Amino acid sequence: MKYYLGVDIGSVSSNFVLTNPRGEVVEAIYLRTMGNPVQAVRQGLSMVMKKYPETTIRGIGTTGSARRLAAVIMGADVVKNEITAHAVAASKFYPEVRTVVEIGGQDSKIIILRDGIVVDFAMNTVCAAGTGSFLDQQAMRLDIPIEHFGRQALKSKQLVRIAGRCGVFAESDMIHKQQMGYPVEDIIAGLCEALARNFLNNVAKGKDIQEPVVFQGGVAANMGMKQAFEKLLGKPVMVPQQYHVMGALGAAILASESITHRKGSRFKGCGFVLEGDFTTRSFECNGCPNMCEVVTIKRDEEVLAYWGDRCRRWEASLTEQRPALAW
Amino acid sequence: MKVTFPHMGRAWIAIKSLFEGLNLEVVVPPPCSRRTLELGVRHSPEFACLPLKINVGNFIEGLKAGADTIVTAGGWGPCRFGYYAQVQRDILTDLGYQFDLIVLEAPDSRLSELANQVRALGVNISYAGMLRAIYRAWEKLKAVDELEESLRYCLPRVTRPAEAEKVLHEGLQAIEAAVTAREIRQALKMGRSRLEGLPYNREPVARIGLVGEIYTLLEPSSNCEIERKLGYLGAEVHRAVSMPQWINDHLLGGILRVDSSQEALECASPYLNDWVGGHGRETVGYSVKYGREGFDGVIQIGPLTCMPEIVAQAVLGQVSQKEGIPVMTMYFDEQTGEAGVMTRLEAFLDMVQRRKQFAAAR
Repeated sequence: MKYYLGVDIGSVSSNFVLTNPRGEVVEAIYLRTMGNPVQAVRQGLSMVMKKYPETTIRGIGTTGSARRLAAVIMGADVVKNEITAHAVAASKFYPEVRTVVEIGGQDSKIIILRDGIVVDFAMNTVCAAGTGSFLDQQAMRLDIPIEHFGRQALKSKQLVRIAGRCGVFAESDMIHKQQMGYPVEDIIAGLCEALARNFLNNVAKGKDIQEPVVFQGGVAANMGMKQAFEKLLGKPVMVPQQYHVMGALGAAILASESITHRKGSRFKGCGFVLEGDFTTRSFECNGCPNMCEVVTIKRDEEVLAYWGDRCRRWEASLTEQRPALAW
Repeated sequence: MKVTFPHMGRAWIAIKSLFEGLNLEVVVPPPCSRRTLELGVRHSPEFACLPLKINVGNFIEGLKAGADTIVTAGGWGPCRFGYYAQVQRDILTDLGYQFDLIVLEAPDSRLSELANQVRALGVNISYAGMLRAIYRAWEKLKAVDELEESLRYCLPRVTRPAEAEKVLHEGLQAIEAAVTAREIRQALKMGRSRLEGLPYNREPVARIGLVGEIYTLLEPSSNCEIERKLGYLGAEVHRAVSMPQWINDHLLGGILRVDSSQEALECASPYLNDWVGGHGRETVGYSVKYGREGFDGVIQIGPLTCMPEIVAQAVLGQVSQKEGIPVMTMYFDEQTGEAGVMTRLEAFLDMVQRRKQFAAAR
């Protein structure tokens, strides 16, 4: 069979989606990045290949904060930012969607669509309160598996108000409320609402939020957050079945769109990805007082990419070509 | 007397020429680098905006390179910049530097006030000599601005953008070295024709208007090189504010036949009828103007905590809706992460491109 592969390497999770030419999800894999994006790419690809040994990959799209790195290792046909990828995936399941709320490991974003195209968006800039990493940390502190965190919130009958403007203060306020003796489910429900409010006041500030609202990203697993958004918005919030891999799905769809215009994939093959020894190094360039930290990515002895140099002398030393339009 | 001054984009070429014309010894501070920023951030109040911090870095590096006098600009009105020279004097004095600080203030009414300030700066300089120095500096300022504008046109179109940047760099060197007005114009012409002669292979994906606070617009190290990033991503950038335009509008009362912001200011009404300080009204006016001229999008930039830009931002939502142009705001400070900037720029360009395709398909 011929499939498209979408790869989303994020701060916390690495997701892989295999779609058929109709854009339907054949396989979805969710891994933890564990701070090693190269390993995540290889692990994900080998899992896909083990399960579908007869697969021919017709195109690859990458997204997420390690999208360039993943693209260099695998040879991607499309390298897209997370906003576009998430919007494309949401429109696939809900063609009518007008608002996408996406909360991942460290990013949170709101995307406003009209008639299937993005008309406005915003991302968190200075604050990661309410994103997956913070919830992870709180779940660990309360010794509740993150998978059950949201369910706990749903048990609450009377939520406790938690200060949510800042993650650090939210934590102190939670501790304070715990010490006062409030039940843990009420505190968790309060936390969810505080974080949803934080999102609406900061990231979604001034945005025209209309129905249908779709909530995706890893944090959408948290039923407490979904409920909090519904309560604060006064609107139903939908969570797609593949909420946790929507970025990867978007990348796969974008890859399939790009391949119809162009012949052949740039995919370097499973052997290239799985067999070689990939190393990343960084060094301080002494060419000027900027002292850029230049990253080198090597497969065995072959240099695949340089980046991080403001003047691009290292990047340009590999190829005279214009870098792919979107990186 | 060895003078130094703060950087603001490539204005140093004209400033250096002006001071040299006044028979001053000039120490151009080293180009703004990470070191400049680190020095500035270490010695500046955390809540001050990025221009103050980069200025302090420039001054320290300039004084270390042997300067004994700092010439900088003053100002008045709601923007905090007008007070920065005094704060910077205190910071540098506390650090133990010995120097003189000369603050050039924009004239209240008569241009001769500024001329006298400039002349007082000079050493043994006649009135005619001063006028010659100003004239040459002005020609250089214009030439640099025009060459940069040519680059903004070229960058999204040429096959190898790095080569275009190299041509620009060489053109700027030629302008810097030029002595007479004729040589300056020749250097500009040469640079332009070389840019035009490069291989072109594509059309820009979008036309973007860049609006916002003047320092952030003009100084690439304060905006994560946004102009260049957009150019490499295939966008043709129009920058709302330029040095010659600012001088013409604010010092000369708009008498010269160079670009003026007058028309844009008129566009600001009815969205923003008040001068809110800094470039707030220009930001709104130019966003409206770009919308009416059929641009694909507007990006507003400013230093984090910039009051005039915050006021303008509050109005831009309405401008965006009524004029039908997407607007994105980005603030910069020393904490700004390169990756986040890149993701937003990419997403913004994707958005305006898809909008355009959608509109065309209708």
